[in-house]
Formats: sequence, structure tokens, C-alpha cells
Amino acid sequence: MPDANELLQLVPRAEGKQSMKDFKSDQEVRWCPGCGDYAVLAAVQGFMPELGLAKENITFVSGIGCSSRFPYYMNTYGMHSIHGRAPSIATGLATSRRDLSVWVVTGDGDALSIGGNHLIHALRRNVNLKILLFNNRIYGLTKGQYSPTSEVGKITKSTPMGSLDAPFNPVSLALGAEASFVARTVDSDRKHLTSVLRAAADHPGTALVEIYQNCNIFNDGAFEVLKDKQRAEEAVIRLEHGKPIVFGPDGSKGVVRDPLTGDLNVVAVTEGNQSQILVHDAHNPSPTTAFALSRLADADTLHHTPIGVLRSVERPVYDSLMSDQLDAAVEQHGKGDLSALLAGSDTWTVVG
Amino acid sequence: MTSQVSSPAGKSDEASEAVVGEQRAPHTGRTGAAEKEIRRLDRVIIRFAGDSGDGMQLTGDRFTSETASFGNDLSTLPNFPAEIRAPAGTLPGVSSFQLHFADHDILTPGDAPNVLVAMNPAALKANIADVPRGADIIVNTDEFTKRPMAKVGYAESPLEDGSLEAYNVHAVPLTTLTIEALKEFGLSRKEAERSKNMFALGLLSWMYHRPTEGTEAFLRSKFAKKPAIAEANVAAFRAGWNFGETTEDFAVSYEVAPASKAFPTGTYRNISGNLALSYGLIAAGRQADLPVYLGSYPITPASDILHELSKHKNFGVRTFQAEDEIAGIGAALGASFGGSLGVTTTSGPGVALKSETIGLAVSLELPLLIIDIQRGGPSTGLPTKTEQADLLQAMYGRNGEAPVPIVAPMTPADCFDAALEAARIALTYRTPVFLLSDGYLANGSEPWRIPETDSLPDLRTRFATGPNHTLADGTEVFWPYKRDPETLARPWAVPGTPGLEHRIGGIEKQDGTGNISYDPANHDFMVRTRQAKVDGIQVPDLEVDDPAGATTLVVGWGSTYGPITAAVRRLRAAGETVAQAHLRHLNPFPRNLGEVLRRYDKVVVPEMNLGQLALLLRAKYLVDARSYNQVNGMPFKAEQLATALKEAIDA
Repeated sequence: MPDANELLQLVPRAEGKQSMKDFKSDQEVRWCPGCGDYAVLAAVQGFMPELGLAKENITFVSGIGCSSRFPYYMNTYGMHSIHGRAPSIATGLATSRRDLSVWVVTGDGDALSIGGNHLIHALRRNVNLKILLFNNRIYGLTKGQYSPTSEVGKITKSTPMGSLDAPFNPVSLALGAEASFVARTVDSDRKHLTSVLRAAADHPGTALVEIYQNCNIFNDGAFEVLKDKQRAEEAVIRLEHGKPIVFGPDGSKGVVRDPLTGDLNVVAVTEGNQSQILVHDAHNPSPTTAFALSRLADADTLHHTPIGVLRSVERPVYDSLMSDQLDAAVEQHGKGDLSALLAGSDTWTVVG
Repeated sequence: MTSQVSSPAGKSDEASEAVVGEQRAPHTGRTGAAEKEIRRLDRVIIRFAGDSGDGMQLTGDRFTSETASFGNDLSTLPNFPAEIRAPAGTLPGVSSFQLHFADHDILTPGDAPNVLVAMNPAALKANIADVPRGADIIVNTDEFTKRPMAKVGYAESPLEDGSLEAYNVHAVPLTTLTIEALKEFGLSRKEAERSKNMFALGLLSWMYHRPTEGTEAFLRSKFAKKPAIAEANVAAFRAGWNFGETTEDFAVSYEVAPASKAFPTGTYRNISGNLALSYGLIAAGRQADLPVYLGSYPITPASDILHELSKHKNFGVRTFQAEDEIAGIGAALGASFGGSLGVTTTSGPGVALKSETIGLAVSLELPLLIIDIQRGGPSTGLPTKTEQADLLQAMYGRNGEAPVPIVAPMTPADCFDAALEAARIALTYRTPVFLLSDGYLANGSEPWRIPETDSLPDLRTRFATGPNHTLADGTEVFWPYKRDPETLARPWAVPGTPGLEHRIGGIEKQDGTGNISYDPANHDFMVRTRQAKVDGIQVPDLEVDDPAGATTLVVGWGSTYGPITAAVRRLRAAGETVAQAHLRHLNPFPRNLGEVLRRYDKVVVPEMNLGQLALLLRAKYLVDARSYNQVNGMPFKAEQLATALKEAIDA
């Protein structure tokens, strides 16, 4: 099993020192003023020099939606494809070109509605893709219909009496789809966002990063509770591998496991229960606790929303396995000989 | 008596198909009085028919292989239900394999079998209507018991009620004989019974003097892990052969000489359309010096290409079985973006799902091969039967003006060359290309002269390596949509090339720079330019076969080549004059097509659809093209087609 560095080593390094400016394309950014996408773009452009890869070996592939305009603004190779299909296109690219660092930019509608099938299959295959899922819980580009992550009862143009369908929790979905790396972060927290990008880039295989992103036109303030400094204390649980899962003022609250049900609960940390506070283990081979963490947030208030890397485990990467089979085939049968193939074993000769 | 057609030696066209019942004087066997009579035939059509589980396709394949290695020309028509195991003994569960072989050049699997092997009552009932009176019918009498007969509505045994009097029926207890032959193998009755197809193959191999070594070797290798089963099958095969030689029921055997005159010098093999297509794709990768990347989702009758390419990873071929049709083409297109020869294989329903991605490929102007093995439609239609009804879907089945070149192979072996040709167009013009094969070509087979690999076309293409445009201020830049003035192809700059970083997408692009553009005049220009690029693709002129200055032209496309050519030969043999032309390129059409069509008073277009090519010809060239259509899931029969063409000539 190759470790993170081994797979990244297949991608050529930048020769000189890079700066954020190197990753800005000459195209005017056309998101609505105040859109959360600006912050994510800046964070990604800011992080790329740290990654240090030759920028011609970086490719951004997107689907359709506001966030999917992202590749136009990156001075790398890029493809703005069609609705929902970015993971499949990126799969073809990544599995045929292991010397590329392939990133997918998608939204909640693109990834979870029209492209749901491709997302789950990319995750289960563990293709070497970094998927940035911008979740604003609304359809922005089509002007404000509810999305597969909108809360039940959402009043929108297409649901004047309230939406009827229960939302997906993208992190739970990804864990259920056998994802080897799942993280969540927030558009406005540049530092946290960058730390998650760093972890994702280092991960061999599919990394799914859910980014809570504000649509200030159609769903403004959807994640305000996670951003407002004071309210965030109650709402946000910052996960760090190897650290006890505590939050709130002075770490006064913590997460424990209910010994009867196995569910996770939030408790006030006392001297008596300190030893029972769960220590976050992102590398746990079992996804059970990561899944329980993904269910911790209150769907209505977003209280107790874990952010950070929920799961990061290593398992075989599809691209590598595919490559290995090609190598093995050459080893077993020799390099393909077209003449021999065409002739087969059952021929006859006509003499003139 | 037999009804096998025979004709004077040296007669080498299919006109003889029109002559039924004529027979050459028998000639004596090799030596000795005990030798049975051997008759010489110029061609034979055999149909093996049985239950889906009876192994008829395998039996047919083996007979074909024996026949190919013997050197006859041949053409095959497998015909099987969509269900893997339809209810046993029923009419829908009947699977058949027809083989036409001859001492001369032939074009079709034949209209009517000279010999029908019916493994059960259902097989007899389902096929008897195709069998001409006087033909041989070999039936497995063991299956003609009350229940199997009742299942298909035989109140009385057709073997006894006189209904088959016009045929030369050989009643053979195939199952009993097989079990008897295998009694020393210690197999269960059920296991032993399963070899009855090999008994039948042995019998037919004796009847037609087929070489047997190939089949024995095949059985031993197929059942290498179960030597007892292998030997049992070989024993059944030999028992069938010996049965023919010893029993009095089979008084005559037949020889069909190798078709040495029909074949140019060379090394030959038998090949099916899907295999030829797979090899064509591998060859295209080699000739283009690009890795082949197949993104595909299983679908009948295209899956065999996925299976075949998956076996050849040592050619650097990547095969990706996607989660759906859309992902299959998506991955292929992604690989093309990265510099592979992207390929997706499917059938009509899959094309419908891929349409949006094909439109993207048109907009991205990247090479991509879309292989459509057409089957009966609409919707699920007839998955295992053939049809040509996706032509307009390939031509127009996308949103917006999205022209895609179309290449259609004419015969199973031609699928190899068609794949190379489709790749040439895709790579030269940076465009998705449709290859329209169909179920008949896919599963049918014929002898193929194996090409010298040195003689294959050079498909190498160039990736962009540096800037291609100078701005007014002298800056050198890369413009992803700056076109080659001759081909109108845009540069192919693959990720990993320094300095050429660029973004492409499905939104309309500004001419040259490729930047997003909503400018009305630019869109008008880009739409017309994409069309002009496809219209300008160089394809060979249409060749017309018109030896006698006819006034009627028959135009076909794709897999109807064989039946149309056979029908035309019949007409000419009967003294008619008729011209024939066959389209391999359907978009763009050959440059001279309009002129060719206008040369004739009448233009007839036989198609396995309701007139899709005819519609295009009428629309584009304002000619009164007349359709002759058949959509019964089967290829045209030469005789019917000849009759229809005769009516058109006389009309």
C-alpha cells in the first residue's frame, strides 16, 4: 500500500517557488458579490503553492452550478463539464494519468442530486480524486430551488408550501459509500479550510471535503450559527485526530459514547467523566464512530456540528490497482504483439 | 433425396442461390464397395436449433471453426433469446445458429437452411417455416414426448402425423445415443445428456467432411480442469461421427470444396464483428501511439467488446466498467482530455443516456469513439436482435447543433477497418465519432484476411507543445480554440504540458481564446464552424458497382451490404441490370453522393428501419429515394430483397 507521499511523488514538483498569484487565471471572477465561493477560491489558490506541484500537472474538473465555475479561475488545466458528471470524467483522467493531481469541484445539487451515482461510485472505488463539495443547501444558479441538503419544509420557489423530502447528510452518505477520507469545513474559516485541504491533498485515494458555503442571495446565513464566534462555541465541534472531542467555552463540553446504544452524546465535562470523553481517531478502520459523529449535529439548529477530518484511512487506490494490472499483464504475457493478436491460433493460408 | 444446391464447378457467384433443387450427378466414394456415396455441393446452409441451454451457439461456433479451417467461405447468423435461460422447451427459449458455407465467395448466412438440426419440439416448431421442402431435418426423437410436445402445441407428434412428409427427416434418439456412448464415464444421466450437442456436431461433421482435430483440441482445452468431462465430450463427438458413418439412415455425405478461388492470397482466420472491432480499437491505439481507454457499461450486444479489450491489458489498454452508461462515456472523455484514445461501447439505449456527454465532447472538440452496436428498439426493444434504427439518433440525437461524424462497417471483418477509420477521423479532426455496427455484424462471423500490421494506416497525431498565438503586444500565448486552417481541428494540449494550462467546458467559447463567451455573433460563428469542420472531413468517394449501365441504383449502409450484394447478384444472374452503392460514411456523406444519386432514374434504399437513410438522402439531395424496410430483428433475406428490388426496377 503506497503511503500519501508515494502517490504524490508520481506528480512532478514545481521547479521554482510558487505564489498564490501563479494560480489565479486571467478570467474575471463572476460569482455574486459576497458569495462564499470567493473565500474557498482564495483558500485553494493560497494553499496550492504549499502543495508545490507543477501547476501544469494539476487539473480541476467541475460539473454545473455556481461552484462549478471554479476551474475557470484556476490557472491550471481545467474542465467545466456537465451537470453531475465531474466525478466520472475525473475518474477517466485520474486513472489514465497518475502523474496528475485531479480535483473535483461540485455543489450539493451537482454531487448529491443529478450526480449522486457518480459520487458514491468514485468514493467506493477510491479513485485518487480530491472532491470539494460546496454545500450551500440551495440551488443558486437556477435561482433558488431547494436542494438535496435543504432542511425539510424549506420554502422556495419550487416548494411554496415547504419541501417534503428529507435531506442527505453528505458526510454520512460518503461514509456509507465506503469513503476512505471524509472531512467537513466552513468557507469563512480560512485556516481550518486550508488545514483540511492539506489533509485531503495528502490522502491517497478519494478525499471528500464538504465545505459549508454561504449563498448570500438565496440562502443567506444558512451556516451563521457555525460562524458567529459566540454561537459557534455551542455549535461547532472541532475534531482533531488523537485529541479528546471537547468543545464549548474552555472545553466544557465533550462527546461520550452511550454504552447501551453505542450512540454518541454530548455531556458537560466533569472530573468524573473526563476519562470517558471520546478521543478522536480518524484512522479507525471501522467507520462506525465517524458515522456516529456525522449524526451528532442537530439537523435544525446545526448545534454540535463536527468539522475537521472525520475519517482518513488507507485502502487500495483504484488508479494504482488498474496500473498494477497493466504491469502484471505485461509481466505475464509480454508486451502486446499486434501481429500475434490478429493472427490468433486458428488460421489457414491461401496460396495464390 | 436432398435439396442441397449444387452448381457447375467454377461458378463463383451467389446467383446459384436462386437455383434450388438442382443437383449434380453423384460421384463415387473414395474406395471400396462399403463406402457410402459422397456428393459434391457448392454450398450448404445448416441451422442448429435447440433450447437455450442446449449449447447450440457453441455447437455452431465449433462447426464454423472447423469450416473456416477447412477453407470454405462462410457467413454465420447466431440467433438467441434475451433471457439467459428462458423456460425450457418453450418457443421463446429456442436458440439457433445458422451457418452458410461454400466453395465460392458468399455474402450472407443464407435464407433457408438445407439442414435443420432440431434438438426438441420447440426448435422444430420455431424453425420449420424457414426450411424449404425437401431439406434434411435431423430431430432428437428423445425429446418428442408428450409434455415437450404439448408445451409448444403439438397435439400429435409431427414425426408421425405426416406433416413432415415433404422433408427428409432423420429421426435420431440423440439423447439416448449420447448417454449410451458415455456410459463408461461414470457420469450422471444429466451430465451425460449435456454432451448431446457434441454428438450432433459429430454427426454433422461426418455429413460434411469437416476436420475434427480442432474441436477435440478445443474441448480438451475448454474443460482442461475437468478432464473427465472433456473426454466425455470428445467421446460424444466421436460417437456422433461414427453414428453417421455406420447407420443406414445417413446414406450420403457431402463435400464442399475449399473456396480457394474466392480468397486472395494470404493468411485467414474466422472473425466475428465484435472481435474484429475490438482488435481494430487495439490496432488504432497502436497506430496512433496512444493508450486506449474504454469506459463502458455492460449492454447487449456490445458487452463482448468490453470483455475482449479487458483481456488485452498488456497492450496498455485500460478498461473501466463504469456505474452507468453516462459514467462510461464520462471516463472515456476524461481520458481523452488526458491524451488517451477514449472509447465507449454501447447499444441504442446507452447512446440515449450518453447524449449529453457526446454534446460536451462536440463542444470540447476532443477525440472520442462512440461504438453503438445497434439492436431492436425503441426502449429495451429486442436486445439480442439486429436493427439499424439508431442512424438518426447518432446523427441528430443531441441538444443544439451538435454534428458528429458517423462510420458504419459493412461486414463482420470490416469492423476492424471501420474502427481504424473512426479513430482516424476522431484524431485528425478532434471530434467524437460514432461507429454504427449492429447485432448481426457483432455476432456474425466470416473469414478475414489477417492484415500485415505494417500496412495499417498511420494514425499518429501531435499534442500541442507550445504557444500558438501572438498577441498584439507580442506576447506568445496558447489559444485552445485556434484552429488548424485545413482541418479546422483545435490543438490538443494535454495536462502536464507546461505553459499551456487552459480551461475548457460546455459553455460557448470565444473563437480562438476558448474563454466563455455569450456574444451572439460569436455563437453563430462557432456553431457554423463546428458544422463546417464535420462537413469538411475527408472521406473516400462513393464507389458504384454498375457494370451494365443501369437505371436503378440500390443504396445501402452498414450491415445490409451482404444481403443487398447477394440480391443484386441474383438479379444480374437473372438478366436484370441494377447498380449498387454502399455507404460506409454517413456523416459527412461522400462528396460525390449527390452526383451519383442524380445519375439514376430510380434510387432504392433497403434498411432495417423505417427509412432513416432514405430520409437523409431525400432531405439533402432532393432525390426521390424509395425505401424498402424490414424491422423484424433479422437481417434481410437475399431472395426477398431481390424480389423487392425487381419490383422497384419494374415499377
